[in-house]
Amino acid sequence: MRTLDQTTGEILDLAAAHFKVPREQLSPGDDFYRKLKIDSLQALELLTRLENHFGVELPDYEVQGVSDFRTLADRIQARL
Amino acid sequence: MDENEGFMSDFSGKTLSWKLSGGIVELELHYAPCNEIGLAMIDELERLVAALPELETQAAALIIHSSRKEGFSAGGDLRELYRLALATEGNARTEGMRTFVHRIHHVMNSLDASPLVTIAAVHGICFGGGFELALTCDIIVADKMARFAFPELRLGIIPGFGGIPRLRRDVGNAVVRDLLFTGRSLNAAKAQALGLVSQVAGEGEALRVARTTASQVLKYDRHTTAVAKRFAKPIPLEELRRETELFCELFARPAVMEALRKFVESTDAHPYLP
Repeated sequence: MRTLDQTTGEILDLAAAHFKVPREQLSPGDDFYRKLKIDSLQALELLTRLENHFGVELPDYEVQGVSDFRTLADRIQARL
Repeated sequence: MDENEGFMSDFSGKTLSWKLSGGIVELELHYAPCNEIGLAMIDELERLVAALPELETQAAALIIHSSRKEGFSAGGDLRELYRLALATEGNARTEGMRTFVHRIHHVMNSLDASPLVTIAAVHGICFGGGFELALTCDIIVADKMARFAFPELRLGIIPGFGGIPRLRRDVGNAVVRDLLFTGRSLNAAKAQALGLVSQVAGEGEALRVARTTASQVLKYDRHTTAVAKRFAKPIPLEELRRETELFCELFARPAVMEALRKFVESTDAHPYLP
């Protein structure tokens, strides 16, 4: 079972790789819309990539209003 | 369109193009930003439907795909729909919508019933009317990054292009209710687990997989395939008729115009989230 910190770290790794942002520039508390400079379509891409990576389903409405990596990790953690 | 227009084995239009080659018709949707289905696309889909009888004598398979990087299709053109609806009122507005829906149903039913084996190669967004278009196909091949959703209820309407009857044809009612009532989107793996998607392809590979599938289809006797298709994939015509009635009934409510107005005027950064 992953810890919340591990899940958060994996999300940061995935986000950095997918959006080609240096990993060291990303922190758990960052607003990923701003930090990654992404729109809603790209947020859905991130969601899909996270679902595929963690093997979970994360309904869109659960991430509506979520904009930081740590809260996103928390939502995923609840479904692992 | 001109009904006397000659047969077009190839066509290139504003919203889509098609090409017949080696027994396979490839229909490419290329309308920016993400293949929104409005009057322009319906006009050109009707041209395809008019060409289908001739194409069906020369091909065994039809692949529908998108060249827009955003995805297969974001669904109905809500901005155009709102603009057109604003120009009319009351019964005229409802009747205008009914005419629009009848046209799209004619296209969808023609694709659904075609003896060609139809394959949707889906990537990215496949929402609303786009999902309904994919559901007319015999086989859906989905890129692993594809997402499917019916977000219509947030506008106070139900899917109006045949979505509910065709979804119900392929999956259980519990899934239909979940997708409709929450508006959530499904990824390709989940859609495959539910039986909506036949094959999941790697990123950027859906069209290639669809072509390989179409090549396999070509090996079999066309008549037998057409007979099998008619038997295995009945068109739920009565439910489709009922859907049109319910859609138009719901569309006539002032709340729908208000929801459309909010959508069109919104600066919400997350229009794809329910």
